Amino acid sequence: MIELQDVSKTFTLHNQGSAVIEVISGVSFTVAPGECVALTGASGAGKSTLMRMIYGNYLTQSGAIRIGDVDLVQAEPREVIALRRDVLGYVSQFLRVVPRVPTLDVVAEPLRALGVPVEEAQLRAQKLLSQLNIPQRLWSLSPTTFSGGEQQRVNIARGFAHAYPAMLLDEPTASLDAVNREIVLTLIEDARARGAAIIGIFHDEAARSRVCNREIDVSEFTPEVAA
Amino acid sequence: MSDYNFAYLDEQTKRMIRRAILKGLAIPGYQVPFASREMPMPYGWGTGGVQVSAAVLTPDDTLKVIDQGADDTTNAVSIRSFFERTAEVETTTATKEATVIQTRHRIPEKPLSEDQILVYQVPIPEPLRFLEPRESETRKMHALEEYGLMHVKLYEDIARHGHIATSYAYPVKVEGRYVMDPSPIPKFDNPKLGDMPAIQLFGAGREQRIYALPPYTQVVSLDFEDHPFEASKADQVCGLCGAEDSYLDEVITDDKGGRLFCCSDTDYCAGRRARGYKGPAFPGSEVAA
Amino acid sequence: MTPLLSVQGVTKHYGAHIGCADVSFDLYPGEVMGIVGESGSGKSTLLNCMAGHLTPDAGQVIFDTRGDGPRDTLTMSEPERRMLGRTDWAFVHQNARDGLRMGVSAGGNVGERLMAVGARHYGDIREQATDWLDRVEIDSDRVDDRPTTFSGGMQQRLQIARNLVTGPRLVFMDEPTGGLDVSVQARLLDLLRGLVRDMGLSAIIVTHDLAVVRLLADRLMVMKSGRVVEAGLTDQVLDDPQHSYSQLLVSSVLQV
Repeated sequence: MIELQDVSKTFTLHNQGSAVIEVISGVSFTVAPGECVALTGASGAGKSTLMRMIYGNYLTQSGAIRIGDVDLVQAEPREVIALRRDVLGYVSQFLRVVPRVPTLDVVAEPLRALGVPVEEAQLRAQKLLSQLNIPQRLWSLSPTTFSGGEQQRVNIARGFAHAYPAMLLDEPTASLDAVNREIVLTLIEDARARGAAIIGIFHDEAARSRVCNREIDVSEFTPEVAA
Repeated sequence: MSDYNFAYLDEQTKRMIRRAILKGLAIPGYQVPFASREMPMPYGWGTGGVQVSAAVLTPDDTLKVIDQGADDTTNAVSIRSFFERTAEVETTTATKEATVIQTRHRIPEKPLSEDQILVYQVPIPEPLRFLEPRESETRKMHALEEYGLMHVKLYEDIARHGHIATSYAYPVKVEGRYVMDPSPIPKFDNPKLGDMPAIQLFGAGREQRIYALPPYTQVVSLDFEDHPFEASKADQVCGLCGAEDSYLDEVITDDKGGRLFCCSDTDYCAGRRARGYKGPAFPGSEVAA
Repeated sequence: MTPLLSVQGVTKHYGAHIGCADVSFDLYPGEVMGIVGESGSGKSTLLNCMAGHLTPDAGQVIFDTRGDGPRDTLTMSEPERRMLGRTDWAFVHQNARDGLRMGVSAGGNVGERLMAVGARHYGDIREQATDWLDRVEIDSDRVDDRPTTFSGGMQQRLQIARNLVTGPRLVFMDEPTGGLDVSVQARLLDLLRGLVRDMGLSAIIVTHDLAVVRLLADRLMVMKSGRVVEAGLTDQVLDDPQHSYSQLLVSSVLQV
């Protein structure tokens, strides 16, 4: 479902003396439906960067990233947008929302983008929010004022609203207490069970070993910093 | 030496005006620019009408001049004597005897014939002017038949007054193509514009435009499906002759609020009275049929 | 799939000075394209060339018309282009006054495009106008008021209603939030987002405000000195800018 082939990334900071930072190179691996692969490595090794590249948020300098039959690196913007709408879900580390939108609508948004009618989308959103212990009185409020943990749960609800065949999860259990962590891990297991291919970053070892069947150490692809 | 050329204007000018008139007749409702001359009356006093009349008059013509329907107001008298002096044509107040009728803001009640020409005095020829001040834009609108704005004006009327409040200079569509301002005639007169046997010519001297309606032209007053055009007038009869179907002027007769409604078309009213009709202003009269 | 709008090699000079040079891109139905750059970047020139307000020196602007398939709008006759401007295209000006008739009521402003394409039933026109005022969050009892009595934000929303009433497929916007208070901008952007999504509009938005493109645009073009220096997905260009100018632009914006 997800296939990386010789992928590399370099940042060139033109306005800071044209500093060139090679982040990763030569990354190749695949993730089959039903798998959950964890990206591991020290902080700064490039885990989040790689995840953003797979989502198309960061530009990939060379190589191919195939989601289904679409090569993200070569695809037209509208193909990437269609991919993100139908196939590829992404739960980032921090909730980023359009301000002033009520929580219920934030979570229902991915379904609305797929053409699901308002009532049905909101129903599903309500179910997820309840599952993740977000009290009903918060549903009509914008999540921008919520606590870190609440925001993360809204983020997850949004990420799981649609049954994506491929999912990218960046620290999904960070800032969560034990009860909610358990709920999220169950959601991930359910997604695997229905055949989703998942790539995740978990700094929590227990969570990682619970839901993932494989690990890839990203620091293997990090070039040595020149002395 | 004070001999005038026939009808004051020189022959070359008359030729230029006749060319404009022919163009106007060929494209009914289209405003033809013309080189309006300085006339011995100021702008706003009928110079356009006078130039058109001067261009169409021949020595055999009989001229009638009316102002708001009346032959005896200052302007009508002035213009009539202008032509008496410069063209030495016969003049009349009787509509049926005239071959050329110059009018300010009314159409005679009596239907005209194929032997007659009606010349209108026009202040602002452009029906869209008050909504779109740019001449460059209104010309394009006419050329491209973009008349949505005209209906916006009527929409505004209904929104503001509950009905189309335009009571004079009511815009019309000519032969399904050009939107035209029929000059400030009351909307009561609009139905007379269409299918008229006479030639109708419109002259705007200050604005330098001539337009025309050849005989038997289709003229439709603009409206909305749910607010159709109504040629309305005051719900009264003429106090002098009792006519029910002519356009009426309201005359204040004293300082106690007394008023009299009477036909604006003086010739029409005089004709009816000559035939014995009397209106309610005469004590003991019956309202004539 | 046929692009809704295909811009090819559009170039406009002002004497020796470059307005915009050799700009090409394809816009597909449902896409919102943002064009950012600072003053003098050529973005407004480009927009006006595409929308038919300026004649470019070179290039084609091919629009997929409903009746005739892809047509180069630059070679269209004026009546055709004006008709396009009243039906399939819309243009939202930066200054609402440029896009409204200030002497006509709000209802008349919204109804004008309907009347221009033949609507002749007063009741229906008024109903549609009132419906649209509602959609742009203008109180429907302002329908008979003139825009001179409206606030800047309301005027802008009225302009949007006036443009969208005939269901255009492509909307050009020139700094739609320029000159408005921040809270008013926010409300307008929310409205635009909703309308674009609900009506499946395609749009080209010129702005110098990166927050506007972040919120509204799927794709982004960065212009400098008349040329496109970078283009791509909005989030990609803003989060991982490649060109030095794009990097400068992004780093200049304060994260509040």
